[in-house]
Amino acid sequence: MAGKTLYDKIWDAHVVRSEAGGTTLLYIDRHLVHEVTSAQAFDGLRLAGRSPWRVDAALAVADHNVPTTDRSQGIDDPVSRAQVEALDKNCAEFGIIEFDMADVRQGIVHVIGPEQGATLPGMTVVCGDSHTSTHGAFGALAFGIGTSEVEHVLATQCLIQKKANNMLIDVDGETPMGITAKDIVLAIIGKIGTAGGTGCTLEFGGQAIRALSMEGRMTVCNMSIEAGARAGLIGVDQTTVEYVRGRPFAPKGKLWEQAIAAWQDLRSDADAKFDRVVHIDAATIKPQVTWGTSPQMVAPIDGRIPDPGAEADPIKREWMERALKYMDLPPGTGITEIKLDKVFIGSCTNGRIEDLRAAADVVRGRKVAANIKLAMVVPGSGLVKRQAEDEGLDQVFKKAGFEWREPGCSMCLGMNADQLGPGERCASTSNRNFEGRQGKGGRTHLVSPAMAAAAAIAGHFVDVREWH
Amino acid sequence: MEKFEKWTGLVAPIDHSNVDTDAIIPKQFLRSIHRTGFGPNLFDEWRYLDHGAPGKDNSKRPLNPKFVLNNKRYQGASILLARENFGCGSSREHAVWALEEYGFRVIISPSFADIFYNNCFKNGVLALVLDAQTIDGLFKDIAATPGYSLTVDLAAQTVTTPGGASFTFKVDEFRKHCLLNGLDDIGLTLQHAADIMAYEKRRRTEAPWLFPA
Ligand code: SF4
Repeated sequence: MAGKTLYDKIWDAHVVRSEAGGTTLLYIDRHLVHEVTSAQAFDGLRLAGRSPWRVDAALAVADHNVPTTDRSQGIDDPVSRAQVEALDKNCAEFGIIEFDMADVRQGIVHVIGPEQGATLPGMTVVCGDSHTSTHGAFGALAFGIGTSEVEHVLATQCLIQKKANNMLIDVDGETPMGITAKDIVLAIIGKIGTAGGTGCTLEFGGQAIRALSMEGRMTVCNMSIEAGARAGLIGVDQTTVEYVRGRPFAPKGKLWEQAIAAWQDLRSDADAKFDRVVHIDAATIKPQVTWGTSPQMVAPIDGRIPDPGAEADPIKREWMERALKYMDLPPGTGITEIKLDKVFIGSCTNGRIEDLRAAADVVRGRKVAANIKLAMVVPGSGLVKRQAEDEGLDQVFKKAGFEWREPGCSMCLGMNADQLGPGERCASTSNRNFEGRQGKGGRTHLVSPAMAAAAAIAGHFVDVREWH
Repeated sequence: MEKFEKWTGLVAPIDHSNVDTDAIIPKQFLRSIHRTGFGPNLFDEWRYLDHGAPGKDNSKRPLNPKFVLNNKRYQGASILLARENFGCGSSREHAVWALEEYGFRVIISPSFADIFYNNCFKNGVLALVLDAQTIDGLFKDIAATPGYSLTVDLAAQTVTTPGGASFTFKVDEFRKHCLLNGLDDIGLTLQHAADIMAYEKRRRTEAPWLFPA
């Protein structure tokens, strides 16, 4: 019998019951909750007179709507305020732990879960947010769900699921200097496409993945959804265990010993069978910049905007033409010729301490270019912010002309006041460059923190490898 | 959830691939804490010429005459036809709520993003997959035939054209059963409460660190 993949192992350990045809009741260990996708679920519970199955499995935080400027006056916008207040009220009513806006532990849900040790290896983790895939970095099966499913988990601690296929993304070889996790994952999406992982759970493996820190692994798994996969996984190793050790929600004492012994098995067996395998040679990856309105529309920094006229498939051609019209970029433009208006460093993809350090290293002693109207750094959580301030990174950014903000999702999706204006062009460390994502008519280019920082200094995209 | 058995309706074509949930319902509308009220803002940035915001009177806003749903001939459409990877991006169920409230009961595409697909079935909307070639043919027929409608029969798993041509589609048995009968998932799962408790009991001994309380 062939061995099991990591996905098979976690899946099997969480099956409550299965029906003919593969429909499975899957147990959920951790339910992360935020303000945007939960209010209607709590209402549903109340309406049906149901109560949560297991409140201690849930952890809530407001992140999408919160202001990143002074919070002492609360939220100005009445609609946003009502949504955050609804979360506070629901958590209080049902007894769910919540980090409110004034709590230093508040931050983006996918940053705080791991930071608190609320995400543990081998868990099933869900949240009403597609970037829940982030937590797969810990060898946890983590995926985004809709609001009806949020209600289902609250009421039953389970989800009705069908098993996905196993797909291995093997990033082998050594990653060159100046290449980050973000470049790796953008290169993967460029290769397999935004629907390349649909119907699959991805596992990222290979020497280049093993060499990544937990922050880097989270960046990679975060964007699994941009490759069409609900979940992306990385096997557990010493790096994982060391990251989790001692965190507030992590097991302690004897339970810790028991847990780390069990976690040793959280990797795919050598003879495990994958339905699909994709190989990427890390040595060939260059700094990546997206040029279109999908994360798969990506080019290396020394590349050029492609010509839709050269695309044979009419549907793809129409898609590219529409994207380039929206982005206002003529085919053949060199990526380094693209001038920017704004720079955003943050989000659940790249708002962790290591990301801020990498950006600060580039910025240190330099100044933001005159054509950049706004360059902002938004830490992923209050604790990331505090850590960065302890290291003096806030000063590095401020001296260079960056704004240093309070934690939250911010301009990753611009649900709060942080938005692009029509036609504005932004280098962003977030994960989506869809039309209007950062503001109606705004143009987003996805890059790594170091590339965003260098673009802020130069005023246009530059090859950050030349700055090392 | 409303039952879905058989449906005949006018078809509106959105001739784009990779239509993402940010396009279906832009983020500013996600701040609502209600399940309704999203229909008028479906495809907001494509549908209107100005910038939409919650609370704005949509009936007074300038419509984009080039957007297909604003075309007279597609008024009252209840079946949406689109190209591949429809509904990609965020998990926002608001996208399905908006489509449903606008009046769409069926969405036909060569492929859907996983979370969106799932969300459709939780709201009585049938996300229906046909092969890209068949869909290409449907786009052409719709363009050539004003008032083009399709009939979808979930029990028989068929889509029938006005000319009488019929295509079969696949759907997961469990999803079909729930949709045909308008079943509430949570109610179904709670019938297995004893299994959930038995699982928890076993798991508490296997992996006690997952049950700290
Ligand atoms: S940072 Fe962006 S992608 Fe991440 S959870 Fe917030 S809005 Fe979603």
